[in-house]
Amino acid sequence: MATARAAQQHGRLPFPKMNPPSSLPAASPAPELRGDLAMWLLIGIEMLTFGLMFVVFAVARTREPAVFAAGQAVLDLSAGALNTAVLLAGSWAVARGVHALRAGHTRGGAAGLAGGALCGLFFLGSKALEYAGLPGGEQDLSENTFFLLYFMLTGFHVMHVLAALLMLATLAWLARDGRWSRGDAHAPETVAAFWHMVDLMWIVLFPLVYVLR
Amino acid sequence: MKKLQRLDLVGLGLLLATALTWAVGESGWLRSAGSASATLILVLALVKGAGIALDFMELREAPQLWRWFVLGWLVAVVGLIAAVRVLAGG
Repeated sequence: MATARAAQQHGRLPFPKMNPPSSLPAASPAPELRGDLAMWLLIGIEMLTFGLMFVVFAVARTREPAVFAAGQAVLDLSAGALNTAVLLAGSWAVARGVHALRAGHTRGGAAGLAGGALCGLFFLGSKALEYAGLPGGEQDLSENTFFLLYFMLTGFHVMHVLAALLMLATLAWLARDGRWSRGDAHAPETVAAFWHMVDLMWIVLFPLVYVLR
Repeated sequence: MKKLQRLDLVGLGLLLATALTWAVGESGWLRSAGSASATLILVLALVKGAGIALDFMELREAPQLWRWFVLGWLVAVVGLIAAVRVLAGG
């Protein structure tokens, strides 16, 4: 500093003249995994588990095509598609909410997280109706491979939706005081990653169980 | 703002892809067209999954290891489902 001041007094600059920072090429941001690493490790394990179950379902269908065709004929494809749309809407709301929190918008952030939780609630209600509407007596789990795998897959997924919705609802409630609107949205990002994983699993589950015959 | 607009477009695209999947499933084309319609449905699942992973999970800006783990899982699982169908003659 003293050197620079002395140089200025003598009418010369101590360093070569540089272009202003605005003319420099913008450096690309460093890669960043949004959310906690522990959650991402859990997500990895869950994905591998779901993946194994998906492949088992696909293989089992080739062994008992008639049983699977009869079971799938009972399922409501339109309800499955509606559930897909609801989960996607929830994912969109949560993603918007996280971006809003990062930008310092408390109300928008809390609304996005709450929107995701509401979509999860709708999904669970719809799933309960689907289970209740299945014809009674025809899906003996010990004898019908389709319904055994159907309940395992969708039930496992429902448990994940329930966990994600509870976390989202809690974070939406806590976010109202602006705690994550001050540049640190780590907790919402962590829960959002889990929610999106649950959505991603349904994106494979829906065509596999409901659409492909 | 640009980021938010991208999220909106991705969300809209995912909903349209879901509507297309539903339409193919309901139309009966699945039974008549066989593997062609099944391929379309699985490709739609791949595209939708990639949209969720890259934009909603923000893996586009994440370290390559995580991006390729999730996308690789998606391709592997959908590919195995398709392979099982092909091997079974479906």
